[in-house]
Amino acid sequence: MSPKTLYDKIWDAHVAHEADDGTCLLYIDRHLVHEVTSPQAFEGLRMAGRSVRAPDKTIAVPDHNVPTTPGREDPKNMTEDSAIQVAALDKNAKDFGIHYYPVSDVRQGIVHIVGPEQGWTLPGMTVVCGDSHTATHGAFGALAHGIGTSEVEHVLATQTLIQKKSKNMKVEITGKLRPGVTAKDITLSVIGETGTAGGTGYVIEYCGEAIRDLSMEGRMTVCNMAIEGGARAGLIAPDEKTFEYVKGRPHAPKGAQWEAAMAWWKTLFSDEDAHWDKVITIKGEDIAPVVTWGTSPEDVLPITAEVPKPDSFEGGKVGAAKRSIEYMGLTPGQKLSDIEIDTVFIGSCTNGRIEDLRAAAEILKGKKIAVKRAMVVPGSGLVRAQAEEEGLADIFKEAGFEWRLAGCSMCLAMNPDQLAPGERCAATSNRNFEGRQGRGGRTHLMSPAMAAAAAITGKLTDVREMM
Amino acid sequence: MEKFEKLTGIAAPMPLVNIDTDMIIPKQFLKTIKRSGLGVNLFDEMRYDDAGNEIPDFVLNKPQYRDAEILVAGDNFGCGSSREHAPWALKDFGIRSVISTSFADIFYNNCFKNGILPIVLPREAVDVLMKDAEKGSNARMTVDLENQTVTSSDGESFSFELDSFKKHCLMNGLDDIGLTMEKAASIDSFEAQASQARPWV
Ligand code: SF4
Repeated sequence: MSPKTLYDKIWDAHVAHEADDGTCLLYIDRHLVHEVTSPQAFEGLRMAGRSVRAPDKTIAVPDHNVPTTPGREDPKNMTEDSAIQVAALDKNAKDFGIHYYPVSDVRQGIVHIVGPEQGWTLPGMTVVCGDSHTATHGAFGALAHGIGTSEVEHVLATQTLIQKKSKNMKVEITGKLRPGVTAKDITLSVIGETGTAGGTGYVIEYCGEAIRDLSMEGRMTVCNMAIEGGARAGLIAPDEKTFEYVKGRPHAPKGAQWEAAMAWWKTLFSDEDAHWDKVITIKGEDIAPVVTWGTSPEDVLPITAEVPKPDSFEGGKVGAAKRSIEYMGLTPGQKLSDIEIDTVFIGSCTNGRIEDLRAAAEILKGKKIAVKRAMVVPGSGLVRAQAEEEGLADIFKEAGFEWRLAGCSMCLAMNPDQLAPGERCAATSNRNFEGRQGRGGRTHLMSPAMAAAAAITGKLTDVREMM
Repeated sequence: MEKFEKLTGIAAPMPLVNIDTDMIIPKQFLKTIKRSGLGVNLFDEMRYDDAGNEIPDFVLNKPQYRDAEILVAGDNFGCGSSREHAPWALKDFGIRSVISTSFADIFYNNCFKNGILPIVLPREAVDVLMKDAEKGSNARMTVDLENQTVTSSDGESFSFELDSFKKHCLMNGLDDIGLTMEKAASIDSFEAQASQARPWV
């Protein structure tokens, strides 16, 4: 048998039909659904008189536009259009008989946090969701990617997706990370290196010692942003850490099925001489704590650097950099660590897990914030409960942070959590696009520890100075 | 789905790189449960000021580009969020084809589900077409799907590549779900075999 990559193996195990031109029907093991990209898909099913083919493999949770303040179970406490979308999801989940975690359920949270937490996401699976950050689930060695609403409808109706195979790209992070450097710094640095289109047409497998050393939380952070590098999906081969994380989760296999699953999962790695269409290697020790300065996730620099000069770029990027710097209200040559901020946002499917909250709390312990507003939005009700149990919530509250209920919140600001025009935010989320966190709002992406450090000093800060 | 065969129309130039789906349709317009009506909010934050007035400098607000049916755009068009509201908004405005050196994967796929043809061409070709688009409404570009060519207003023609299945569906306005349903037997047998091999799924 010819050697295969991890991606090849998962792909081959899910092809339900292949046409002569290589167009495949890929069978989907898990379909995650949220309130914003699904209403039109369910409407389409109804209009065509179709049902959901595999309701057992379909899981829905409202997250994108739900408020993160108490009382949200009552639709009156949501804006009218949000309430309509959430009500539509309630109804669709009920009518079509799919698994559902309403806002009143402690297990509710960001769809990409709930899936792994509940054991829906397992190694070797195909996972899709009408959301680009579905790549997160790749941390388990699952082939996971975002789809559009028409494809949501297609998966609901047929449990398959029409796909052509992507190319294989390997991103290897060798050696150890330096102190203060986290999974977020890895994933941002990779995008800084490849650009936001560098992964287009590829599925990326992240490997190397620095990746193996990461916890499952850290691996999810890395895979989460594969899409920001343009890749269809990001993957990390499952290992003992993965199995340990999965074991005992509500929807993970048990008993004899667990043994059978493990036997297959242990074959899920890229063979020694597998073919790679593109390889990128970065030394772990070369990665520094980074922040973004512009309005594209590729606008990444170490915190010790300065705002770049637009002329230092090439082609269309010169204009884009000029526009970014103007939008961000910065001056070329200004030190990044001199940039003052108004708001800190800790949360999102990139960094809203328990380990992220621990990292931020570690820095914040016994300190007070020096910004207008700081908020922590745990990724799920269960993360929130655990953080309360561990005393993290108290640390945040004493420091001056708002302690919110689970949801996407200020990651995309579809709910009331938004920046005002001109406000500047240190955020642990994944996109710094113009207006992403509110019209005219300015976003700097970074790790939870760096965001916590910024909250204390009121400006972008090298977390290593606080360790 | 609406068929796409051949289109001759006004092309609007948008040379900015990395135009993301948040720019194409900002999130405040995603709270709809319908597919239609998003055209007025296409590029909303670039197109209108805080008071909701049109910004005259924005390309689609200029008289000569109001009826544009084609966009010529900078690299990596449609990156970011998977929202299909982006092609819905383009379509609702009247855009039927977008030309760039590269597109983000999900956006590219979403276009085909909505009767929009995204065309990838080499940089030199996009540069020529960008210049052509800058000439305004008298310069009409032609996109011919069957022959896979784009022709500028002065007759310079470029061929583009396209997946044959996607082309077939777009030319005939075929609904993917209906096509896949015809292969239900394959899905049934795959499901039966997979439930033996991986019963825990
Ligand atoms: S947290 Fe942000 S990136 Fe993640 S699913 Fe929600 S909106 Fe998307």
